[in-house]
Amino acid sequence: MTRMRYLPHTPEDIAAMLKAVRIDSLEGLFAHIPDDCRRQEALNIPENLTEWELNDHMDTLAGSMAVSPDYKVFMGAGSYEHHIPSAVSFLLGRSEFVTAYTPYQPEVSQGTLQAIYEYQTLTSRLLGMEVANASQYDGASSLAEAMLMAIRVSRKKAVAISRAVHPLYRRVLETYFEPTDLEIRELPYLGDGTTDLSSLNDMDDLGGVAVQSPNFFGCLENVADIKQTIENKKALLVVCFSEPLAYGIYKNPGECGADIACGEGQSLGIPRMFGGPALGMFASKMKYVRNMPGRLVGETVDLDGRRGHVLTLSTREQHIRREKATSNICTNNSLCALAAVMYMAALGGTGFKKLAQLNYDKAEYLKNALTRGGFKLPFSRATFNEFVVEFPAGFSKTYQRLLKKKMIAGLPLVDFYPELKNHYLLCATETITKADIDTLVQEIKK
Amino acid sequence: MKELNELKFPDDVRYAESHEWARSEGDRVKVGISDYAQDQLGDIVFVELPEVGDTLDKGEEFGTVESVKAVSELYMPLAGEVVAINETLEDAPEKVNNTPYGDGWMIEIKAENPSELDGLLDNDAYLGTLKG
Repeated sequence: MTRMRYLPHTPEDIAAMLKAVRIDSLEGLFAHIPDDCRRQEALNIPENLTEWELNDHMDTLAGSMAVSPDYKVFMGAGSYEHHIPSAVSFLLGRSEFVTAYTPYQPEVSQGTLQAIYEYQTLTSRLLGMEVANASQYDGASSLAEAMLMAIRVSRKKAVAISRAVHPLYRRVLETYFEPTDLEIRELPYLGDGTTDLSSLNDMDDLGGVAVQSPNFFGCLENVADIKQTIENKKALLVVCFSEPLAYGIYKNPGECGADIACGEGQSLGIPRMFGGPALGMFASKMKYVRNMPGRLVGETVDLDGRRGHVLTLSTREQHIRREKATSNICTNNSLCALAAVMYMAALGGTGFKKLAQLNYDKAEYLKNALTRGGFKLPFSRATFNEFVVEFPAGFSKTYQRLLKKKMIAGLPLVDFYPELKNHYLLCATETITKADIDTLVQEIKK
Repeated sequence: MKELNELKFPDDVRYAESHEWARSEGDRVKVGISDYAQDQLGDIVFVELPEVGDTLDKGEEFGTVESVKAVSELYMPLAGEVVAINETLEDAPEKVNNTPYGDGWMIEIKAENPSELDGLLDNDAYLGTLKG
């Protein structure tokens, strides 16, 4: 192997270090590892490239993807295209924020701790909850952690989850629960696109009930009804989301009675990049705070009475509680959380509402144009910026034709819901113009 | 932290090696943690207790106690059904520090087998375990 230019040690450095630890070769560093635990053959990876070759390679990879602004992307399904104010990108790129890996020491990290505290504050307000944590990995891990928390609080062994929750979130939940003796029950969805609650009445052993609102089909759930249905049970109501911008115009989880609100925050100032990075937002009622997963930043005063920020309620966490910790995740998605707080602060409450209204209006315009074009909207419930359309059989050919014209006409749902053949999930955010929508609908009708 | 001779070990309670005490009161048994345990933990900020009606085995965890520096599990000194919990600890967990054998009690149980109480340590034996 040729030496890589980013490895800073010269052969002389390496020889000096080997001499200091009294071994002959680098191989000696691994001598204590039994032979059968070590890989004998070389790793099956390509040789290293020059910087110019690597750039070429990355360009080719990037060119193989259908992304905006080259393409008009009418697809959300958990990841949404939004304009990001330049102020967010600029602030986020500051080295104080960008180079630090989740720095929690109060002596040296007041800036970061304060930023996380403000993220928690704005997250609590947005979701209508009393306390938010410093963030989880993504919406899916937030949901899984929420269900484990519901189990801890209720001391029950089963949870119920709507089939209208993002299918990938449900898969992550299954992964979390798979090695445990905990049970996951699925609630079917109704003809109007919302969750069928009828089976809940007979389930008295539930620790948590999870729905997503707006759900994967874009439909608003009757969250208040669910709250009423489980009122006299021990189950916690977990309200999940993939597009928090919806709470700019719709009631937030707290207003609907959620015990835990959790979901994906990518929408808030984080670009779409090949599926990531993401932001797991997580908030709860204060009375459950000791059962929450993740880090929490609190406000306090120092010896001179000056305001300061520190990690708080750490006794829930792994470094103190070991195997009894509320979660084995002892970190947060700090930089993404900072992007979200900067984004929310940049928009302000009024801007947030206006932007949400704009998203709603764009999606309604697309909906109406498609309905006028004779296409069917199978679900009648109110939606935010995405919704399901049932196209005529054979639409996949049209879809491919549109793709060649650099338009992505939503997500085919049949891969996740076999019963929903020819159903597509379409999304229109503020980044889509009226002209884009008119063009799409004209092309679909051809 | 205090020296052992500054701590109180009353002789009307029995002790578990995991530092809980148990006191027979009529047909019930009151349970808390010892003066030594509260002193080791430091300022107690939260006590998590079971629910009335829970039936637990001897040695089974019935709750947790959280101080500014640690969290410890609480274990049943004898088997039984929880018939009362000290709800005042929710707002005033410091009672465990101030009066561990009095207002700082944690749960009341209906013992499955009251004679299990005799199997616990008396104050001398408990003190002996602390002296190592």
